[in-house]
Amino acid sequence: MNFEFDDDQRMLRDQARRFLLDKSPPEVVRQTLEDEQPFDRDLWQQFGDMGWIGAAIPEEYGGGGMGHLELCVIAEELGRALAPTPFASSVYLGAEALLTAGSEEQKQGYLPDLATGAAIWCLALSEGPQPATEKNIAAAVSNGKLSGAKIPVADGDIADRAIVVARDGGTVGLYIVDLNGSGVEREMVATMDPTRSQAKLTFKDAAAEKLGDDGWPLLERIQDRAAVLIAFEQIGGAQACLEMAKEYAMGRFAFGRPIAGYQAIKHRLADMYIQIELARSNSYYGAWALSTDAAELPVAAATARVSGNEAYHFAAKENIQIHGGMGFTWEFNCHLYYRRSRQLALVLGSQRRWKDRLIRALERRNAA
Amino acid sequence: MDFNDTPEEAAFRAKARSFLEEHAVPKSGGNLNMAGGADKDAILAGARVWQAKKAAAGFAGITMPKEYGGQGLSPIMQVIYNLEEGNFIAPRGVYEIGLGMCIPTMLAYATEEQKQRYATPALHGEEIWCQLFSEPAGGSDLAGLRTRAEKDGDDWIINGQKIWTSGAQFSDYAILVTRSDFDVPKHKGLTFFFLDMKSRGVEVRPIKQMSGASNFNEVYFTDVRIPDSQRLGAVGDGWKVSLTTLMNERFAVGIAPPPDFDEVFNLVRETELEDGPALDNAMVRDRLADWYVRQQGLKNSHFRTMTAMSRGETPGPESSINKVVSASKYQDISFFGMEMQEMVGIMTDPEEVAMDGLFQTGTMSSPGYRIAGGTDEILRNIIAERILGLPQDVRLDKEGAFRDLPTGRD
Repeated sequence: MNFEFDDDQRMLRDQARRFLLDKSPPEVVRQTLEDEQPFDRDLWQQFGDMGWIGAAIPEEYGGGGMGHLELCVIAEELGRALAPTPFASSVYLGAEALLTAGSEEQKQGYLPDLATGAAIWCLALSEGPQPATEKNIAAAVSNGKLSGAKIPVADGDIADRAIVVARDGGTVGLYIVDLNGSGVEREMVATMDPTRSQAKLTFKDAAAEKLGDDGWPLLERIQDRAAVLIAFEQIGGAQACLEMAKEYAMGRFAFGRPIAGYQAIKHRLADMYIQIELARSNSYYGAWALSTDAAELPVAAATARVSGNEAYHFAAKENIQIHGGMGFTWEFNCHLYYRRSRQLALVLGSQRRWKDRLIRALERRNAA
Repeated sequence: MDFNDTPEEAAFRAKARSFLEEHAVPKSGGNLNMAGGADKDAILAGARVWQAKKAAAGFAGITMPKEYGGQGLSPIMQVIYNLEEGNFIAPRGVYEIGLGMCIPTMLAYATEEQKQRYATPALHGEEIWCQLFSEPAGGSDLAGLRTRAEKDGDDWIINGQKIWTSGAQFSDYAILVTRSDFDVPKHKGLTFFFLDMKSRGVEVRPIKQMSGASNFNEVYFTDVRIPDSQRLGAVGDGWKVSLTTLMNERFAVGIAPPPDFDEVFNLVRETELEDGPALDNAMVRDRLADWYVRQQGLKNSHFRTMTAMSRGETPGPESSINKVVSASKYQDISFFGMEMQEMVGIMTDPEEVAMDGLFQTGTMSSPGYRIAGGTDEILRNIIAERILGLPQDVRLDKEGAFRDLPTGRD
């Protein structure tokens, strides 16, 4: 039994944590929140220089060839630090899509720039408040030209290329679109978490290049891979909330003693710990399934996602509660995590749909 | 990451598996519950035979030192054995407390002669032990116990009452914590013993639980004599000895029994609701997902614990979160299983209700799991204080004579 990260991976975690503590402290995250900049370009560049962006991309495509377990380790630290970069869009979705379904030529052509951070990628799926399904996708490709609108698209305002879910006749497929090319309009949209910018993309006869053969099942495979990685961001963020809430409760005195000594507070912190440990263990299983391409991945990914959502949701809201009135101020950092927990909970589709997806995966496994 | 055994672990697992395949019956669903079955004598006799077989084959006392009849192996081997044994009908419940808590306490505090005398018969299933800790006045607050021990020559005379003692009705020996001094602070006046359960003045009365079953007992002491040679630890050091025993308590109360996710999933797959199959109902799917991620969270935490143990490290958080999570899940799933059966859910006739009444039984048993072996609240305190390092509650019982503490009954 070896269900733990190894020494090298733990060392990578320590290095990443130290680096992010220095380069992506809350003051830096706030700059992206309060200023107009959509992301922290310097930080992004340094991620590229250190090989984080290409961690799971094989060396033959310009990556560092470390692997997916290392990427999970990095993801947890990025989540903990609320790093204001397009890492999830470009790496968990973009690179994973290319690695999963790209032709040799596409991998050779696109991955090297993606791996250094020179090119930013994103995934364009949502077309408005209705849940995106294989049946209702309206964006359409005809003769290699894409038309339609996608909203919101995480990092759509800053990405160089998008993987767009669109239909060609009756069939839904994935298409690569150069967002700097003609026929593409982008518009930043206001969101609850400006540290992760989002956009509306409008396409009018934009050149579209097919990615992979099976459309919707491929999309779900990519989402499964991203779900595991995002679950690690979620446990990183949730753990940061627990530590913040604990530190505050230890130093905050009421009725003559630290509020950390009251059971109402202790039990809430214990519940945060329980949720995080369950989510962490489920994420580890997801990491194993991701790194070994196990047949279990759909079940493992949905399990990690559902418990990651739950843990971060709980930790972020109760962190504010334990901070009392100050937790509700702009000045305190609690809301940075609260915002991000909501962003991560919705970016791959809602908890409701992932729970349904989990049960579907279990039904399939049982039928097999 | 992988789920592979080390070569030593693999060899041990193979040995355990072949022993079990040869000597035990594979489980076909359902758990054999300690003293919960219809024919208690038969279960007890079966347990004795099974324990003797295990001991003969070298699977009893896996972590216990060799000089006392154990195998002297690391804790991971015990975990591996338990996992393998879990696939078979193997009534080890009767011995869980004795071998998990009582004998380790004896090995830590008894004389060499006593260790030699008691460890091996316990391992071979010849003698059963129970633990006399909880009292009407001290459950979560164990140190509030009031059973009195008074020195009389070379003996101690015990008077008082214990409660919630598993297996007292068929135990041969017991470990016992008493109050020997009411005039010193609460934690300083305790003294620890072991005794023969057949001693004169010991009376065991079964407790009838809310479910109607009797899995626990009250034990009354009326002028029971215990020789001073059966004292474990110094006079007044009983709290310290108790902590040794309690460190092993995670062996005693583990994960809650079925119904768990698998059972409720099976139920739902066979259930038709007003608008079609229950499994197609969105509310049902939402609940199932909640339980599945909890069940898997515990299972995957167990893998982390095994990894830590395999590396010789301190086990992870599993032991503290296991019961808190599984006991509530047990209760919720039991309620939900009744709901799925609509008005029939209130019925208990195994012929009429789903899965022989598993959900109805769970409904009536699950409240106990949220209390036994550390209540939900105490376990949250333990997580908060020992894992997160939060301060203890303000205590009003640390100083002054025990006899002056308010009890709410005066």
